[in-house]
Amino acid sequence: MKRAVVLGAALAALAIVFPWLATSYLLSMATLLLYRAYTTQAWNVVMGFAGQLSLGHSLYIGLGAYAAGGLFVQFGIGPWAGLPLAIGVAMAVGVIIGYLAFRFGVSGVYFALLTIAFAEFTRIAFDHIPWTGGPGGMFLPVEQRTSIDLVHFRGPPAFYYYAMLALTGGALALCSKLLASRAGYYWRAIRENEAAAQALGINVFRWKLLAMAVSAGLTAVSGVFIAFFNNSLFPDDIFSTERSIEIILGSVIGGMGTRFGPILGAAVLTVLSEAITEALAALHWNPPGSKQIIYGVVLLAVVMFLPHGIWPPLARRLGVAR
Amino acid sequence: MTALLQVRALAKSFRGLKAVVNASFEVDDGSISALIGPNGAGKTTLFNLIAGVHAPDSGTIHFQGRPIHGLRPDQVCAAGIGRTFQLVKPFLAMSVLDNVIVGALRVEPGVAAARRAALDVLDKLGLAARAADPAAALTLSDHRRLEVARALATRPRLLLLDEVMAGLRPTECDRLVEVFRGLNRSDGVTILLIEHVMRAVMALAHHIGVLDRGQIVARGTPEEVVRNPAVLQCYLGEDADV
Repeated sequence: MKRAVVLGAALAALAIVFPWLATSYLLSMATLLLYRAYTTQAWNVVMGFAGQLSLGHSLYIGLGAYAAGGLFVQFGIGPWAGLPLAIGVAMAVGVIIGYLAFRFGVSGVYFALLTIAFAEFTRIAFDHIPWTGGPGGMFLPVEQRTSIDLVHFRGPPAFYYYAMLALTGGALALCSKLLASRAGYYWRAIRENEAAAQALGINVFRWKLLAMAVSAGLTAVSGVFIAFFNNSLFPDDIFSTERSIEIILGSVIGGMGTRFGPILGAAVLTVLSEAITEALAALHWNPPGSKQIIYGVVLLAVVMFLPHGIWPPLARRLGVAR
Repeated sequence: MTALLQVRALAKSFRGLKAVVNASFEVDDGSISALIGPNGAGKTTLFNLIAGVHAPDSGTIHFQGRPIHGLRPDQVCAAGIGRTFQLVKPFLAMSVLDNVIVGALRVEPGVAAARRAALDVLDKLGLAARAADPAAALTLSDHRRLEVARALATRPRLLLLDEVMAGLRPTECDRLVEVFRGLNRSDGVTILLIEHVMRAVMALAHHIGVLDRGQIVARGTPEEVVRNPAVLQCYLGEDADV
């Protein structure tokens, strides 16, 4: 336990001083890493904790991004008002999908297909909504990027880094709290065996809906962030299945259902992806698709040899709790 | 004694297969009752009807005078009926203690209180030493006891035990018999068990009901039932020489 505190404190300290040590390239990489860590952590709530395989989480990123972005572009209303709207919309949609699935006993791969279907037809719908720019995209006006403007969520790169760091830390704290609460026990019981959970008095329908709502709401926050970070939104990018897969990879590689695994997984994936790019550039050898192939082989190896992810065995070796 | 559980004219078919046909019986408050019968007699279906896994085609189930037929399993549990599964369903990736905490949370206000209650239950079932182990590390006999511990942690008035003795060694079986006796006597838990292990049935049950082809064919004390020709017939066949 003491070891975990020391390790955690060292890591947190490093994360806080990082912008002073890093080049601007490294800082943007770190921001991306944290964005992935936060998002995969949000997904981890519904799959890692409650065992419901959502493969359409890009839906909640997109809805969050378009809700807050649309409010800003159309009415000039800043992200702080957009944030609750984004969370509300995503939670409502998550609950509707969950209601349809869980009410009619759709589970496992069929549930996964349903979540993909919702993300896909939302993507197609947004391609045809002129109000949000359709397939041509939506662009958020940017007045300046040098000084910190909290109201409009504008500032230098380090500002976005710290925003994402705070979100990731907050999500880690929230997930730890949830896991140790009644919800955490019930979710894990449902994940492990639904019939047994129900026989112990758990209203599985209601608790699965809560997992959907929490996960969708958390994911929408990263959508708001990405809207004001990239300042451009395209339905074919933000609602894409590739993005959904990217969201789940961090948790799968790091360790589903654990608190720290998703963060570790996102870090490994980001560093790996950059390392491959750098290595290929240094070798002056880059046939098309080679990066993806190497990336894929490494992921396969991790899944084959560490089926529970990197974090559980690493945590045991470090002597800290999962 | 008054009836805690009343089952009347219960029937359930699965695609034409009549699993339970017109079954009626009562379980007295504070008693230990057993349901026996050959394989395929409909015992587990009957349990699943009581526990809310299936809704009956016809017939009624009353618990403490309240109708419970058609309720969901979690509502049946909330009404005060705990059950174990014939094929054990442990939460494998969770610790033994966490498994039982899930059950205890039905009655306890928070996780801390549930942890204390769960430790008590584990102690009662002789599993306290394994509390921190993952459930996946237990033996079959310990999994059976974990099933009972989890159900017990929900603080049921009536405990449904589905073949918890199957596959246990005689000494393990006797130990579990003692546990159930203690639960019945000191905690006032009414017990209804399905069991093939007659050693346990004869040692525990005050009343026995015999189920054959979905119907109750005999009822009575253990001594009465073993002498009943209908019972011998359903186990040994029509031509059995009694």
